Amino acid sequence: MSDALHQMPLAALAKQLAARELSAVELAQHFLGRIERHRGLNAFLDIRPEVTLAQAREADARRSRGESGPLLGIPVAHKDIFVTRDFASTAASRMLEGYMSPFDATVVERLAKAGMVTLGKVNCDEFAMGSSNENSAYGPVLNPWDTSAVPGGSSGGSSAAVAARIAPVATATDTGGSIREPAAFCGITGTKPTYGRPSRWGMIAFASSLDTAGLMTVSAEDAAWVLSAMCGFDPNDSTSVDRPEEDFTRDLARPVAGLRIGVPKEFFAAGLQPDVERAVRGALETYRSMGATLVDISLPNAELGIPVYYVVAPAECSSNLSRFDGVRYGHRAKEHGDLADMIKRSRAEGFGAEPKRRILIGTYVLSHGYYDAYYIKAQQVRRLIADEFQRAFAQCDVIAGPVTTSVAFGFGEKADDPVSMYMADLYTIPGSLAGVPSMSIPCGFGDGANASRPVGLQLMSNYFDEARLLGVAHQYQLATDWHRRVPAACAD
Amino acid sequence: MPLRPEDVQRIAHLARLAITEEEAERTLGQLNDIFGMIERMRAVDTEGVLPMSHPLGGAQRLRADAVTEIPDRERNLANAPAQQDGLFLVPRVLE
Repeated sequence: MSDALHQMPLAALAKQLAARELSAVELAQHFLGRIERHRGLNAFLDIRPEVTLAQAREADARRSRGESGPLLGIPVAHKDIFVTRDFASTAASRMLEGYMSPFDATVVERLAKAGMVTLGKVNCDEFAMGSSNENSAYGPVLNPWDTSAVPGGSSGGSSAAVAARIAPVATATDTGGSIREPAAFCGITGTKPTYGRPSRWGMIAFASSLDTAGLMTVSAEDAAWVLSAMCGFDPNDSTSVDRPEEDFTRDLARPVAGLRIGVPKEFFAAGLQPDVERAVRGALETYRSMGATLVDISLPNAELGIPVYYVVAPAECSSNLSRFDGVRYGHRAKEHGDLADMIKRSRAEGFGAEPKRRILIGTYVLSHGYYDAYYIKAQQVRRLIADEFQRAFAQCDVIAGPVTTSVAFGFGEKADDPVSMYMADLYTIPGSLAGVPSMSIPCGFGDGANASRPVGLQLMSNYFDEARLLGVAHQYQLATDWHRRVPAACAD
Repeated sequence: MPLRPEDVQRIAHLARLAITEEEAERTLGQLNDIFGMIERMRAVDTEGVLPMSHPLGGAQRLRADAVTEIPDRERNLANAPAQQDGLFLVPRVLE
C-alpha cells in the first residue's frame, strides 16, 4: 500500500488521512525516504527530518483535536526563494549560504496554517535567474526523465522533485517562465496565478513587478487545492491584490464544450521544433474533439517580450540586489580595505555570474542618460504587449500554445551563450509581462533521441480567471494520462 | 553604440561590484550581445504610450502609521557576518 503513496492524487491522500488509515508522520516518512533514495538528483538544498517530522506530528495532533481540511498532513517542498524560519534560505546563492530567516514567507505560513508539512528546501537557479538550473551555486538539478538533460529553471528543483515523486507538491516562483519552463521540461503541471494573487512577502526579490509565486504539482486538480490555500490578500505586500479568497476547485468539473481556445500564430513561427509542435497540436486536437473551438489569434508584439524583459527584470534586479552589502546578512569578503571596498568584494565573491550580469545590465539601463531610452521604453512596449492580451481575450476564453521551442536541452549546451539561454523563455515571457495566469501541462514527448524528454502545453487565461484555467487543464487531464507518467527510475 | 571595456568598469563601480580586467573583458562581449538583442525593442513606435510599471496598475496602498511588528533582534543579528554588543560591525569609516 505505502509503496503507491507517491503515485496518489492529493485528494486520495487526503481521504486516507481523514479516515486515519494513514498518518501525516507515515506520509512524511515515506517522502523523506524517497528524497534520500534520489539524492543524486540534487533537488534538495536543505533537509531536516526532525523539523519535518515535528510538523507532521503537529498535523496529526490537529486532526486528533478535530481539525480537518484537504491539505492537513500533506507534504510540500519549498523553493529556496521562499524564506523559512526552520530551514536555511539561500536563493541557491553563496551570498546567503546558511542564512536563517527570522520569519516565514507568507506563502509558507499560509500552507503551514492549512496543515502542510515542509519536506525541505529545493534547489533553483541563483536568485531565480536562469532557465536550466545550471546557475545554482550548489550544482544543477538533474532531470529525472533523462539525467543528461537540464530540469529547466529557475524552479528546477521544484519541478524535478515533483516529477520524481519525491515531493507531492512544491512551491515555485515565476518571473519570466521559471515555473512553466521547468514544468514542461519535467513533464509535470506548473501553475503561475495572476500577478498579485499570492503574496511576495518573504520571497527573496528578483524583479518585483514580475515575481509571482506558484506551484509544481502532478495534476491541475492538485494545484487547485493547494492554490486555494496559498492565495489571499497580504497587507505586507504592497502589490498584493485585495480580493476575497477563492475556491479554485470550483470549475474543475466544468466541460470544455463551447470553450474558445485562442491559438497565437506567433507561437508557432520559425524556431519551434517539429516534435514540440506535433505534441502541442495534438493537445489542441484533443480539446477540439472534446467540443472546444480553436480561434486564430495574434499577439504581434509578443516576440519583443524578451528584449523588454531583459531591460525590466535586470533593472529591478539591480535595485533589489543592492541590499546585499555584507553588513547585516550575507557573505562578507575576508580580505578587504575600507567599507566601500568590503561591499564591492563581498558582492563580487557572493554573487555568481548570472546575477552579476543582470546587475550590470540593470545598473546600465537605469543610469543617467539611458533611463528613458531603455527603461521607460521597455515599460511602454510592456504595455503594448499587455494590451494585446486584452484584445485577444475579447476573442477567446483561454490562450494555448507551446511552453518552449524545444524539449529540455543538455547540460552545457547554452551555458556560455546568455542570449541563446534567454530565448528559452520566448513563449512564457509575454504572459509574465502582462501578469496573466498561466500554466504548463504535460502533453507528450519529443522525437527520436528526445523520446524520453517531455513536452508542455501552455494555457493562459485573463486576470483572476484561475478557476476556469485550472478547470480547462483538468478536463484535458481527464482525457489523457501524460501527467500520470513517471520516470522509470522513480516509479517505485 | 557598443560598450567599451571602460564602460563595464564604470557600470561595475556604480553597481558596487569588484571586477577584474579579465572578467570585464569576458562580460563585455556578453553585454554587447544582450544589448544587441534589446536594440530591436527600441524601434517600436511608443509615442503616447503610458509606461507600465506593474501588471495591475493602481496606486500603491498606504497603511496606517502604526507599529506592526516587533523585530527579533537576536535572530536578525544571528545572520550578521560581524557583530558586537547588539550592533553590526563594519570597517572603520572615521579615523
